[in-house]
Amino acid sequence: MMDFSNEQLQRYSRHIILQDVGVEGQEKLLKSSVLIIGTGGLGTPAAQFLAAAGVGKVGLVDADKVELSNLQRQVLHHTTDVGKLKVESAKEKINSMNPDVEVKTYPYYLTSQNIKEVIREYDFVIDGTDNFPAKFLINDACVIEGKPLSHAGIIKFGGQVTTIVPGGDTPCYRCMFPQPPKPGSVPSCKEAGVIGVMGGVVGTIQATEAIKYILDKGELLTGKLLTYDALKMEFRKINLKKRDNCGICSDDPEIKELIDYEQGACEL
Amino acid sequence: MKITLNGNVVEFEGGLTVAELLKKEDVDMPDMVSVELNGEILDRDSFGDQLVKDGDTVEFLYFMGGGC
Repeated sequence: MMDFSNEQLQRYSRHIILQDVGVEGQEKLLKSSVLIIGTGGLGTPAAQFLAAAGVGKVGLVDADKVELSNLQRQVLHHTTDVGKLKVESAKEKINSMNPDVEVKTYPYYLTSQNIKEVIREYDFVIDGTDNFPAKFLINDACVIEGKPLSHAGIIKFGGQVTTIVPGGDTPCYRCMFPQPPKPGSVPSCKEAGVIGVMGGVVGTIQATEAIKYILDKGELLTGKLLTYDALKMEFRKINLKKRDNCGICSDDPEIKELIDYEQGACEL
Repeated sequence: MKITLNGNVVEFEGGLTVAELLKKEDVDMPDMVSVELNGEILDRDSFGDQLVKDGDTVEFLYFMGGGC
């Protein structure tokens, strides 16, 4: 077993006292790695809580720089960070919050050419991206690589989240949505707006799923789409089934190679 | 007929196709939703032919692309 320092025993005492975590669980967290793709509305709260929880290695992927319009919801970035790479801004905060966490940054976009080698390094992947080409690419790559994934989306006052553990009975994103929508047919947050807290609620659910997966405790949101309607303050779980003819996770998938879908012009 | 739509029991006069149901529910862009009928995701091409019957459970799953 790992030797915990006095500081670590104090830092993680509220975890360690939990029957379902204990020192064994905390050791699992410290030895685990989570990749967060997109360090925006979903990714920053997820990163913040995973780092605080002592996830030993956190990977951050984002090519964008912090803009003033991000700060209404992307809570790890501050006013003084405007113009800085988001992954650098997030890394600085995490380093100052928890020195136990190794932060690896990827200041570029993931494509069919580079995604597999990046996700291979991690135990769990969090999709915090803001566009469909990325969401489909991440789903397909995780299915091919057998990598567990938390998928989420937010817009306006709504959110949705599901967990995909490939290889078993778990439906994937493509089981729900066989193809991306036509570019421009579905509005992005930039066009439609989003209440800042949506990312906080949904991103921390994603972090919760990652922690449960690492600890191997409880029931994951596999085979369920959790939808959140903030206006009605209503959470619903919709049962999902694996689709026999799913393009990527069925026994004889139609998709053999990862696809770089084109981004809708209005999303750029 | 009575169906359970997105968790709520709703009543409609007579039978409906999925496409008609989407229209009645003011989903003017069917591209935005996947439809689950009694637990099975429908092929988009079948929306015009697939009938919704009394007692069916229907879920509209909306595309949400934000992460923002």
